[in-house]
Amino acid sequence: MKVDCRIDIRNLTRVEGHGNILIRIHDGRVQEARWEVVETPRFFEAMLVGKRWENVPWICGRICGICSVGHTLASIRAIEHAFGIVPSGLTEKLRLLLKHMETLQSHILHLYFLSAPDYLAAGSVFPLIESSPDVVARAMRIKQLANDLVDSVGGRRMHPTRTVVGGFTMLPEKEELVPFRDRLKKAVDDLLMTAVLFGSFAVPEFSRETEYVSLKGVADYPFIGGDLVSTDGVLRGEDEYREMTNEYIVPQSTAKWARLSRASFAVGALARLNNNFDLLHPLAKEVALNFRLRPVQHNPFMNVTAQLVECVHVVMRSMDLLEELLDGELREARPKVSPKAGAGVGAVEVPRGILYHYYEFDDTGHVRKCDCVIPTGQNHANIQHDLEELAADCLRKGMDDGRIELLAQMLVRAYDPCISCSVH
Amino acid sequence: MTDRNAGGTFLGVPLYRPRTAFFELASCEGCQLQVLNNEATLAPFLGLLEIVNFREAMTGGTDDYEIAFVEGSVSRKDEEDLLKEIRGNARVLVALGSCACFGGVNRLKDRFDPDWTRKTVYGEAPVESGRARPLEDLVAVDLKIYGCPVKKEEVEKVVTNIALGKAVVSPKYPVCMECKANENICLFDLGEPCLGPVTRAGCDSWCPNSRAGCWGCRGPAEDANVEQLEKIMQEHGFAQETILDRLECFGGFARFAEAFRRRRREGAE
Ligand code: SF4
Ligand code: SF4
Ligand code: SF4
Repeated sequence: MKVDCRIDIRNLTRVEGHGNILIRIHDGRVQEARWEVVETPRFFEAMLVGKRWENVPWICGRICGICSVGHTLASIRAIEHAFGIVPSGLTEKLRLLLKHMETLQSHILHLYFLSAPDYLAAGSVFPLIESSPDVVARAMRIKQLANDLVDSVGGRRMHPTRTVVGGFTMLPEKEELVPFRDRLKKAVDDLLMTAVLFGSFAVPEFSRETEYVSLKGVADYPFIGGDLVSTDGVLRGEDEYREMTNEYIVPQSTAKWARLSRASFAVGALARLNNNFDLLHPLAKEVALNFRLRPVQHNPFMNVTAQLVECVHVVMRSMDLLEELLDGELREARPKVSPKAGAGVGAVEVPRGILYHYYEFDDTGHVRKCDCVIPTGQNHANIQHDLEELAADCLRKGMDDGRIELLAQMLVRAYDPCISCSVH
Repeated sequence: MTDRNAGGTFLGVPLYRPRTAFFELASCEGCQLQVLNNEATLAPFLGLLEIVNFREAMTGGTDDYEIAFVEGSVSRKDEEDLLKEIRGNARVLVALGSCACFGGVNRLKDRFDPDWTRKTVYGEAPVESGRARPLEDLVAVDLKIYGCPVKKEEVEKVVTNIALGKAVVSPKYPVCMECKANENICLFDLGEPCLGPVTRAGCDSWCPNSRAGCWGCRGPAEDANVEQLEKIMQEHGFAQETILDRLECFGGFARFAEAFRRRRREGAE
């Protein structure tokens, strides 16, 4: 049996942001297994104070480049709640379409660029461009579809320009949307091929009982707003997000940690799926069942599979949304925004899990207080507990250092952490 | 020259593929992502350079590179040290995006006393932080690619020009020129504020194309007449605060924003 091992990974690669993994095994015992977050804080919650509401979505979007659509929408939702603005049905559809495409873009980036290289024994996607051009071309095709559709609806694939409080500065022309019909259809085939590829990978066998937190869907699998739910049976309103997150500060991280019913909980694709499985599109459900993924699944490595299932779901739902948009009128007036004193919460499921923005305004619409709770921030404590359990598990199974090191990295990557975002 | 740099061709001329590294300091990593975000041109783009260090996308980086793209602003000692090390390794250091060029949105926190800022977010916990500074406050910067986020086309142009040994220049004229060429309705006529008259072009008037006013993310155009813009904005009835908000949002107009604040203070006295 293995007795000593020392793993020291500074600035883990193929994740967004800066984090370290440390594992010490001595005399056949795990002495330490640590997930450290060392990113520099940018202090968004302070920088917003005193700014007028108009600035807020522009600035808050810059918390994260990968999920800038989600941050912008959570920010707008919080402001609309504070001012009592109800967006039109058309605006809601367009926002959801944007959200779906961000989910698709980000999940595909994670599946193919960040995660797959581990299973294909490559350091990055770059060598695969030559060795498996079809696979890379397929990933590019899906990602480009998602990005192009965000361009058409949101004005820009990153840090969207058209999304504002009340609605959109500009709406797409129908002619611009029509070609996406065929591209979405093609994406379904591409995703089923993706399922074949990922079905050929051996997902590490590991599981640790975990509480999973997400939005609670009512009529559809949830992405924007609604009640908050956990697999341990906690149910809260959107504006009670603080009771769902309970943030606290730990020395090993510049990102805050969170807890609910246990020492830690998890958010993300697997959490959404564990809480809302029945609301998945039938095709997405079928893909999930092919992977033997059903609720409640406690293997964190399966988060990657859950992302794949969600890709199928969002593409199928986007096809419906697109038809509804093409059937209706693509025109609406933007409501006038009148600021008032008050507070509002915006909860949005971004690719890595549930995100909350909270603002308090004075009667002239200036921010008095701001709070952003980031999905990866909510996951850090859970990653820490998984890492401890994984190290012990590897030790029991007598794995060599190289294997432990790879699994530890794959574990953190499976959460698809967005570290700079979590520190913000 | 060794084989490892053999690349594609451009107009029949064989290209030299410079060894290139990407780094990020305090940022949203959006500018780096933009580099991967243009799927249609990614393959030819990767043909132009050999990426040897890109932590967000690959495992196994090296210090042997010629061009370094650095994203983000600098506020901690470890970032300062890393930046100096990169400067030592790179022949060409490129500041990628407005955080790197100007300090970006990250500077907004520096309106406040640093102790207050830290306490507001972390309470009494000891967390190190400093002012958000642009790269050139600490090291020599060879090239700047402006924008929050950068435009992939501009990154590609810069890389092509480096590979061909050509000079790289950003437009000196303002966003308005591009906006007029795009035949947009002027936002001032729609009652919206816009920093287009003073902001450096090169984004192809990204925001006004979507009927959103410019926030000056690319910083000032050459000979930007900010006082003139203030006059236009006032004539259209925009509050002074609206102008200031836009001037200070992305850091490029910091100098103007400070002067503006000073004048407002003096005016108030
Ligand atoms: S310049 Fe903007 S897009 Fe680029 S890293 Fe900074 S905040 Fe992100
Ligand atoms: S919209 Fe802005 S950029 Fe365009 S012409 Fe008017 S002021 Fe200039
Ligand atoms: S229009 Fe202005 S704010 Fe928008 S991208 Fe161009 S320079 Fe930046």
